[in-house]
Amino acid sequence: MSISPSNASSTSAPGLPKPLAIAGQVFFYGAFIAFIGYFSSNPRYEHLAPDKALLKISLAHFGDRECRKRSPEELAKLPRNMRNPMDCPRGRSPIRLEVDLNGVPLVQHTLKPTGLSGDGISTMYRRVELPAGEHKLAVRMNDNEREPGFKYVKEEVVNLKPGQVLVVDYNPDHGGLFFR
Amino acid sequence: MYAVTRKLAGQVFQRMEGHLDVVFGHAANPIRHMGALVFFFFWILAATGTYLFIVVDTGVVVSYQSIAALTGWSFGGVTRSLHRYASDAFLLFAVLHLLREWALDRYSGFRWYSWVTGVPLLWLMFASGIGGYWLPWDRLAQYSAVATAEWIDWLPIFAEPIARNFQSPDAVTDRLFTLLVFLHIGFPLFTILGAWAHVHRISRVDHFPSRALALGGGGSLLLLALLRPATSSSPADMTQAVASVPLDWFVLFIHPLTEHFGAGLMWLTLFGLTVLLLALPWLDRRARVPVAVVDPPNCNGCRRCYDDCPYGAVMMLPHPDKARREIAVVDADYCASCGICVGACPSSTPFRRQEQLVTGIDLPASPINQWRERLESWLALPAPAIPRIVVFGCDRAVPLAALAAEATLPLSLTCVAMLPPAFVDYALRSGADGVLVTGCRPGSCHYRLGSVWTEARLSGARPPELRSEVARERLQIFWADAHEAHSLRTALEQFREHLQDLPLSSVTPAFRRRSNIHVHQSV
Repeated sequence: MSISPSNASSTSAPGLPKPLAIAGQVFFYGAFIAFIGYFSSNPRYEHLAPDKALLKISLAHFGDRECRKRSPEELAKLPRNMRNPMDCPRGRSPIRLEVDLNGVPLVQHTLKPTGLSGDGISTMYRRVELPAGEHKLAVRMNDNEREPGFKYVKEEVVNLKPGQVLVVDYNPDHGGLFFR
Repeated sequence: MYAVTRKLAGQVFQRMEGHLDVVFGHAANPIRHMGALVFFFFWILAATGTYLFIVVDTGVVVSYQSIAALTGWSFGGVTRSLHRYASDAFLLFAVLHLLREWALDRYSGFRWYSWVTGVPLLWLMFASGIGGYWLPWDRLAQYSAVATAEWIDWLPIFAEPIARNFQSPDAVTDRLFTLLVFLHIGFPLFTILGAWAHVHRISRVDHFPSRALALGGGGSLLLLALLRPATSSSPADMTQAVASVPLDWFVLFIHPLTEHFGAGLMWLTLFGLTVLLLALPWLDRRARVPVAVVDPPNCNGCRRCYDDCPYGAVMMLPHPDKARREIAVVDADYCASCGICVGACPSSTPFRRQEQLVTGIDLPASPINQWRERLESWLALPAPAIPRIVVFGCDRAVPLAALAAEATLPLSLTCVAMLPPAFVDYALRSGADGVLVTGCRPGSCHYRLGSVWTEARLSGARPPELRSEVARERLQIFWADAHEAHSLRTALEQFREHLQDLPLSSVTPAFRRRSNIHVHQSV
């Protein structure tokens, strides 16, 4: 251990000779490069089997409300700026949704309206993996719990290719329930 | 169990650091400077990101086209690749930095603020990283966008599932990309703001790596960018599900985990882990050591404690008793009770003749007078046949008690930088044959700057300097972390052999502060 008057410092692990230190640094930086390089895109993640397709049941719809038409006398009693001819409660009806796949019930669900007062939109988003191929799909929906049966029904035989995404949605502009 | 696990983890880090010191030297050791590397990678991201912001268009089609064109060895391609790999390194080192600070017991007590302000930054970093993968709007972006949306939809915060925004090609609009760019810039801005808060309670922040480490780290990423340029996969197509993706596991690992364990469990795990990390300083609370106390009559306002405090705990205010003078004032919330200020204070010199050594700034739990008394008592004992060595060390490095012997006096300070350099001179002039100063390796010091300041003071590079007349051949500095007891013992014995070889003439004359020192066995 060399100790000189001008510099009494020492460390417990003396450094390597420069060539060895450089080789060591090349090794460690190489390992860093390999580690980052590999795990930045490997191993590939298999999200969906190659023979599968995807069914997305994705709905967002306001349930119906039981509105009543106000009589002329009732309207007359109201201030001018509040004379709405229809008297609607704040809350909305839950939506009843059923989906059958190849005749077997897949979804039987009641979608409650969102919001603290139950006046918001009713939504559903569900992802179902299916084998690619031909399937019979039946969707039934009722947006007013006071009315019996289902107001909207759509049945179709669909032929799904591997990886295909089929969305079940509702839009009154598209004629109600629709597949795409 | 918890303490044992943490201690073991700490030893793993310290051993790795020790090995890498041999290769890199402590100044360029990547493990010792992970916080600085995180900053460095952030600046690479900021610089490359600024360029990408200029050349990349935002829109469903143009975003893909403009980013897909940035590939290969073109300037844009290398910049894009560098941006990507720097983000991986950024996140990796941020997590490792957190792990290391935990393992080395650097999260509780006075450090609670730095710890608590650091934890939320991880959320911002990952949010920015995940959003960044959406911008190329390729199949990987599609996968990540849908997976993230489905994951967020588990939380009851949106009336309508945001995953519906990705269910068909016409649901994705150009405005999404404007929002994405806004967030991808906004999150890093909040990150750097949070990083400022994270470090603002410490002085002399290690915010940029040494040139060698910057060249090594930056050069590695550049080489990687050249060897494996980042590429886009095919454009996103919402009518086709993504079957297989080349996942970036540093950033997007959350998606497979969510798919496997469920969105609810992942939220619970992440929120739970975050709350646990935030609460850790208080869950693992220990009795607080009294903070440093200033003695106004002995403080001349020299500012050395102010300059040396690693945590900015010392402020200088007008002296109440001395006109046109300042006085050091300790902020108890910032003070680490490390004693580095005591070692910096010129009033801490043991040569002062007062019976009770009172210095300008002192630790109530470990007053400087106690160390002079122990030293004097031991030196007053009959000298053995072999050279007598005083070992000044610290409580966080190698435990010194086992070194105690007839010819060895171990004095374990809170931090080795609590040692006023004059103590070395005093010990040698009072009869010690040699002084060995030990402590955590530089970069490993529990109080950040203890080893660095000690080495600088003893070499005369920083006040208070060790007098140039002191025989340097009788002083040995040996840095050793807590697990290196064997190395320290070996160094001690080699030093003793070295002292035996010194000619008698070099032994300094004995110095006695007082003629009749009270002798007692307190070693």
